Amino acid sequence: MFYREAGQFKTSYEADGQILPIRQDRIALFVTLAVALLALPLVSSPYMLSAILIPFLIFALAALGLNILTGYAGQLSLGTAAFMAVGAFASYNFVARIPGIPVLLAFVLGGLCAAMVGIAFGLPSLRIRGFYLAASTLATQFFVVWCLTKIPWLTGHSSSGVITAQKMEILGYAFDTPERKYVLVLGVVAFMALLAKNMLRSNVGRSWMAVRDMDVAAEVIGFRLMRTKLLAFAVSSFYCGVAGALYAFAYLGTVEPEAYNLDLSFRILFMIIIGGVGSILGSFLGAAFIVLLPVFLNILAHGLALPTSVASNLELMTFGALIIFFLIVEPHGLARLWQIGKEKLRLWPFPH
Amino acid sequence: MSFFFEVLIGGLLSGVMYALVAIGFVLIYKASGVFNFAQGAMVFFAALTCVGIMDKFGLSLWLAIPATMVAMIILGLAIERVVLRPLVNQPEIALFMATIGLAFFIEGLAQLLWGSQVHKLDLPIEDVPLQYLLDNFNIIVSQFDVIAAAICGVMVVVLALLFAKTKVGRALRAVADDHQAALAVGIPLQRIWAVLWAVAGLVAMVAGLLWGARNGVQFALTFIALKALPVLILGGFTSVPGAIVGGLIIGASEKLAEVYIGPLVGGGIEGWFPYVLALLFLLVRPEGLFGEKIIRRI
Repeated sequence: MFYREAGQFKTSYEADGQILPIRQDRIALFVTLAVALLALPLVSSPYMLSAILIPFLIFALAALGLNILTGYAGQLSLGTAAFMAVGAFASYNFVARIPGIPVLLAFVLGGLCAAMVGIAFGLPSLRIRGFYLAASTLATQFFVVWCLTKIPWLTGHSSSGVITAQKMEILGYAFDTPERKYVLVLGVVAFMALLAKNMLRSNVGRSWMAVRDMDVAAEVIGFRLMRTKLLAFAVSSFYCGVAGALYAFAYLGTVEPEAYNLDLSFRILFMIIIGGVGSILGSFLGAAFIVLLPVFLNILAHGLALPTSVASNLELMTFGALIIFFLIVEPHGLARLWQIGKEKLRLWPFPH
Repeated sequence: MSFFFEVLIGGLLSGVMYALVAIGFVLIYKASGVFNFAQGAMVFFAALTCVGIMDKFGLSLWLAIPATMVAMIILGLAIERVVLRPLVNQPEIALFMATIGLAFFIEGLAQLLWGSQVHKLDLPIEDVPLQYLLDNFNIIVSQFDVIAAAICGVMVVVLALLFAKTKVGRALRAVADDHQAALAVGIPLQRIWAVLWAVAGLVAMVAGLLWGARNGVQFALTFIALKALPVLILGGFTSVPGAIVGGLIIGASEKLAEVYIGPLVGGGIEGWFPYVLALLFLLVRPEGLFGEKIIRRI
């Protein structure tokens, strides 16, 4: 009833091929973006912005990157945090070593560096697949973090290995308050999400899905496996690299290699499992879930006056149990629940 | 030269311990196709449970070990019942991710039950250099490491016999070959899986006690799973001999690399060197040293 595409006729190929063919979707997207851009910075406290909304957007971008690789191209990766680290440290170095470089350009260059590392560590995927690949992506994780701790040039010869991310400035306009940082992050994430949505319905996205569904068959019908897989690694790492740079510049402020540990990789993997593997919306839902869950559990633990050690262990257990629960009950994640909801809305209030 | 042998032997002995953890993985992967990421968490759980029982109830080690065994068997059965049974016929990747969730759950549970401080575990084996080798070859090899390796060796032999000679072992191999066919000839699949997880739990316990006695019972025990992964890549996920040979290669090369290459590049390469080694090896043989040849059909 609320959600009915009946009567929305398309009279041109352009209209038929647009990203959101249903009018309600378009309106909902614009309303969401408008609220996120205009209303949220006004009504949210600085804590809300810098501790929940900014990390949510950054994690959503990283999850999107992993989803491109794992959800769409079918290559399981446990090295997401390593690509984020490359993006962050590369961006730091570009800003530090090239005076006057626009910070957004530094992010893009950082993302490109991450993409190159992604291609290098994606090479084994041509020979090995499945669990062997998942285990070997751990090599990326450990090697990159080790490099960043051991090679002082990369961290600007800082004695502690912890570096302070530079101020973000675009055309003389400083993004230094939580509101401004939030708007910048929102802009980057919204743009890249749109880009991903478009890419995934082009021939590039279709070739990834063909490789995911059965790579031998895809090769037989003429997809070039090497190009497709490496492109997936490159694009995914680019997204993760930009997310890592934002993580350092807009969220943490300071950055050390240890911030990009295996735990972060797992958290991003959980985001796509809970949100929905192979879904852009799912990356956002999963990120929101994983960012909000600890906050919620903290409030709960505080309310029940549990000691912090018990609370942190309960958090671990809740995470673990939720992963298993979602895999058993709804393997397609929160995104699938939303889809079911939409189908129900189409008929509401009639059950059939 | 004696220093070289010292490092080599130390590496080989720690490699045996990696192999023991790797065997836990292989057991489960072989018979159910589940890549059990929670193996490290089970090792941690076992060690912490044993120490926790001794601390809380004042039991001696010889009473705590059987109690831990019971706990591990219950854990294994519970995992089979709660996690694996509902996930039958899901893709392997989904099962793998479920075991990551399982690892988090078990880690949280262990610390919730027994607390998260570092514990000391005293096994009645002294950590002194073997006098014979010290006198004759001037090589320092810890007696503890040798006995630990011997215990691992016994475990491996027992498991090999279990696989080869017993009825359960035969059923296990049948299930490993083909689930459907095994079901069709009347092998109770779920009971076999339960046995398997219980055995994997016991293997985890032995590994946990030995490692815990060596390095203290602490959260770092869970990272043993990460040590065992390159061993598996190298040896093949389906082969017990592969896990042993892989463990020895990884253990020895890791220590040698740390001692001889480490200083040149700033040290701390133990974390990633095994992975890179295993990865380079995979490029030559994608199914590992003893893995089954992967034939893919459309």
